[in-house]
Amino acid sequence: MRRYSAFAIAREALRHHKGWPRAWASPEPRRRYDVVIVGAGGHGLATAYYLGKNFGITNVAILEKGWLGGGNTGRNTTIIRSNYLQDASAAIYEKSRSLYETLSQELNYNLMFSPRGVIMLAQTESEVRGYRRTAHANALQGVKTEFIGPERVKELVPIINLTGPRYPVLGGLWQARGGTARHDAVAWGYARACSDMGMEIIQQCEVTGIRQKDGKVAGVDTNKGPIDCDKLALAVAGHSGVLAAMAGFRLPLESVALQALVSEPIKPCMDVVVMANTVHGYMSQSDKGEMVIGGGADGFNNYTQRGSFHHIEETVRALVETFPIISRLKMLRQWGGIVDMTGDRSPILSKTPLAGCFVNCGWGTGGFKSIPGSGWGMAELMAKGHSPLTDGFSLDRFREGRFVDESVAAGVAH
Amino acid sequence: MLILHCPCCGVYADETELAPGGEAHLTRHGPGSSDEAFTSYLFARKNPRGVHFERWRHAHGCGKWFHAARDTATLEVFGTYSAQTTEPPKAIRDAIAKRRPGWTWRGIA
Repeated sequence: MRRYSAFAIAREALRHHKGWPRAWASPEPRRRYDVVIVGAGGHGLATAYYLGKNFGITNVAILEKGWLGGGNTGRNTTIIRSNYLQDASAAIYEKSRSLYETLSQELNYNLMFSPRGVIMLAQTESEVRGYRRTAHANALQGVKTEFIGPERVKELVPIINLTGPRYPVLGGLWQARGGTARHDAVAWGYARACSDMGMEIIQQCEVTGIRQKDGKVAGVDTNKGPIDCDKLALAVAGHSGVLAAMAGFRLPLESVALQALVSEPIKPCMDVVVMANTVHGYMSQSDKGEMVIGGGADGFNNYTQRGSFHHIEETVRALVETFPIISRLKMLRQWGGIVDMTGDRSPILSKTPLAGCFVNCGWGTGGFKSIPGSGWGMAELMAKGHSPLTDGFSLDRFREGRFVDESVAAGVAH
Repeated sequence: MLILHCPCCGVYADETELAPGGEAHLTRHGPGSSDEAFTSYLFARKNPRGVHFERWRHAHGCGKWFHAARDTATLEVFGTYSAQTTEPPKAIRDAIAKRRPGWTWRGIA
């Protein structure tokens, strides 16, 4: 791998930028790998990366139905935070956030990680109590957050309207070290590092079946022919249920559409991420100046990667009341992604009823922020059979009633 | 926008008027059933990419529950029917089979 540096840019500038190699190879699949990972989004690539980096397992193929990072990795609103209530969640999200801090240097790829701070607005008395509780829980978990009053919110976000008639801002949960990162770059950076370790990323390769032998996974059938493997990981978010059906088990997941939209670019006016969970809207400003807006998820099963118009209306209506300055902004783009929601709104990182087959799914609306931590935990789970990061998120927690109940913690889909 | 016909009051209602209620035709397991059956009833879902049967409530209308047959990959609606049944009626099954040749209800033509 040729390293990216200021010197490399200068060198290439002198020879008309003809010396840049491809960031990752696109080979045809071989017949057999030690590990096959389905889904070359952030989670699949991060799992592969840490399998190689932490455990030296590099005979790995990452299969992708579409193009690299073209699913939810390229469709989210890029928010990174770790202010969760439950210990298991705080551990994996905080691991993830802390890995993001140095990931650009580690991967030698600029992820544009911007720890600009995240505020979750408290707009009802119960939210105030809830976030105070989360701030105390975070203090015990070693996650730096604090509950701040409305004056401090106004200081951090001058464009906010504190006295909305229906939902005044009563305070907020502030995580100064949360922020955003360039979502595509996370996939690209991991892909480049995986390819450098000799792993093979195979795009436009759709898995059509999962083969088993003696109750153990033997390989996958794809549109590019059969591929054998010892271990198989499914990291396909919204389509997890479809692959699980091929493997012969069911998952406690429902796939629903979640959508986001961006406005035309405007001058810098907000340098933190603001989430308003009661009114279902959140917003940040991208480096290009676009206001990036996300809202609530649909309530019914949907695989179309489109959202509903009334959700856009609800989200924008709420945000216009919170930020009157944006009322005449034009929206540029709107898109949807398919998220896989579990009953307790926590992910599933687990072994499955099929030996040798692992799942990484159920991230629902919060998958992007967790990419490095989830990859770290999944790699350990696959290499060693268990991981302190993933033990709380096993599939049998539903049977045993050990929920990691985050739907209550956030009050909404998050 | 998703528009469903409420079989209880006859109104064509759009999704803002309706509340989704999850997968239909689940077998309810209660006391005396095995752990596996109970877990499966509570949590495991088909979540298919294709033909799906689900429960809906006409929340901002007559308030009654009904069932709908939809395709989750195309958002096509095959029809709605009364919730007082354990399987989709023949008319609905025929409507689906017409649009999706080869489709069968739980493997039965």
